[in-house]
Amino acid sequence: MTTTQNLPDQLLVTEVESPPLTLADLTWRRFRRHKMAIFGAFVLVFLFLYSFGGAFFVTEKYANKTNTKERLQAPSAAHPFGTDTVGRDILARTIYGGQISIVIGLTAAFVEVMVGILIGAIAGYFGGKIDSLLMRFTEAMLNMPTLLILIIMSKFFSDKIANVNILGRTISGSVIVIIFIIGLTSWPYLARIVRAEFLSLKEREFILAARATGTPNWEIIFKHILPNTIAPVVVNATLGVANAISSEAYVSFLGMGVRAPTATWGNMLENAYRYIETAYWLWLFPGLLIVLITLSINFLGDGLRDALDPRSRTV
Amino acid sequence: MTRYIVRRLLQAIPLLLVISLILFVMMQNATDPLATMGGRTPTRPEDRARLTRQLGLDKPVYLQYIYWLIGNDWTKVDLDGDGVAETPGKRHGVLRGDFGTSIVQTGRPVTTVIWERLPNTLILMLTSEFVIVLGALLLGIYSALRQYSLFDNILTGLLFIAYSMPIFFVALSGMYIFSINFQRWGLPHLPTVGMFDPKIGKTTGQIILHMILPVFSIAFISFAAYSRYIRSTMLEVLGQDYIRTARSKGLPKREITFVHALKNASLPIVTIVGLDLPLLLGGAVVTERIFAWPGMGRLFLDGIDRGDTPVVMGILMLIAFAVVIFQILTDIVYAWLDPRIRFD
Repeated sequence: MTTTQNLPDQLLVTEVESPPLTLADLTWRRFRRHKMAIFGAFVLVFLFLYSFGGAFFVTEKYANKTNTKERLQAPSAAHPFGTDTVGRDILARTIYGGQISIVIGLTAAFVEVMVGILIGAIAGYFGGKIDSLLMRFTEAMLNMPTLLILIIMSKFFSDKIANVNILGRTISGSVIVIIFIIGLTSWPYLARIVRAEFLSLKEREFILAARATGTPNWEIIFKHILPNTIAPVVVNATLGVANAISSEAYVSFLGMGVRAPTATWGNMLENAYRYIETAYWLWLFPGLLIVLITLSINFLGDGLRDALDPRSRTV
Repeated sequence: MTRYIVRRLLQAIPLLLVISLILFVMMQNATDPLATMGGRTPTRPEDRARLTRQLGLDKPVYLQYIYWLIGNDWTKVDLDGDGVAETPGKRHGVLRGDFGTSIVQTGRPVTTVIWERLPNTLILMLTSEFVIVLGALLLGIYSALRQYSLFDNILTGLLFIAYSMPIFFVALSGMYIFSINFQRWGLPHLPTVGMFDPKIGKTTGQIILHMILPVFSIAFISFAAYSRYIRSTMLEVLGQDYIRTARSKGLPKREITFVHALKNASLPIVTIVGLDLPLLLGGAVVTERIFAWPGMGRLFLDGIDRGDTPVVMGILMLIAFAVVIFQILTDIVYAWLDPRIRFD
């Protein structure tokens, strides 16, 4: 038999698992122990299937079809979630609305991350006047009540973008407006984190070495420093998706977000409060879906934060 | 200290100017105030042209901003449309405290319009903040004293769920359960919307009754952030040497928790309250819309809908100013409470 059998257990573990664990392996090991994060991930997969898989069962035409004879009907076999104020089927609209809400969440978070990284990296790396100028601007953005700014921006841009056709579907131009205004108002927090990381990383030896070999600035920023800030960026991008989905819901709830007929979980709630005494199904189902998706993304982000935190690097 | 305050105030000036410029340009292009003028839509082209001139909307945006900022009493404006500026301007500009007159409520000064609504928002927001801090203190201290207990774990989970909820969902659910269904079941129920029952009148009791649902909706989603914060600062303080000293000399537990620990743990709370308070002014938009609360949030939404730029700008500037002032105040209070902090 082999000699390893005689070795103490402690040694065995380190000897047998000799190939070093990558960051992804380490993260996954810690992540899977976070029960709520796993639960969040499952719910997210379910919501994803619900919105994108559901499209195979109902057509968008049906989701947008108005039928005033069947307005404000309570949930029934024909309309499991009931119908809205102009007789559209709420179940079908939550499916197509979910697609738009999820797309808005992902793309707005993408815009947020791009702007946040760019501003944070430039401020942190170059320092001096550029840094203080950019940080004053970031503080100004951080100080303003975002919702009010979102409302004004959405009002300002809403009718200036034409409808677009993507994959044979007509999508209201207001979707694009919402994506950009949410992305462009939510980056300050991320920019501050990236800047702080850059401030400490740029003083390290490997950056000195890179500079000594004549590496251009942009390469140091994007190839040497940025990959080291990946942990907080991933966590914030995740939470940014939830934030973007609920921001869209807030703006659309107030009737200044995505325009009909394009449905989102947010704009389905518009005016629903006026029917609170008669038609609870108007706000309950889209509202629950919004709660479910923000909750599960927040759980996921929480799990990722624990898993990626360098201070808990014990497996 | 004085130098620090002065420096902070001076830093705030360019900040407020930039914010106001961006917002003004956007607001000016977002809506057509003439399209919805107090319900009396002027359709005749000559009326439109005359009103545009009277409101100064015929000027380029940068000039409109300058008039808004420093007034136009130093120059003449053209009112009769003959191309000759003959009438002296009457506006004093924001810098001299003149926020202009409301477009929707024709001729009324913006400051009056806002002051009318401000107390309603303040009463709602200050009560909410009080409920949030009180509730979060109780929850935070309790779960810090029983770290990782069943109660702590359940509370953490529940607060996380509450934290992920949009306020409109909490508000609508609360309204559905406590006003509509309680009424259906014949139980004592809460009122749904408004500030008071018009049949009874604006009494203190009525206002309190109408405030319960909005206040608890706001508090419900904010408990999480505050109580987590209090829990972690309490845990940090409870691990300090002076707490061990207090314990070892045999002080009663209650005294250690509420005098020695809480006093030190409450310092950071000052910061979040100070930074959150002015933002609550703006955060009221959704709550006020759902509960039909006649506050500043609704004034803001109405102003946006009807292109009432002076009122909207007034509200935004009030909030931006409040944010800056509260930040400075927070720093001062913090330094006063914690003698280790010195500004120079």
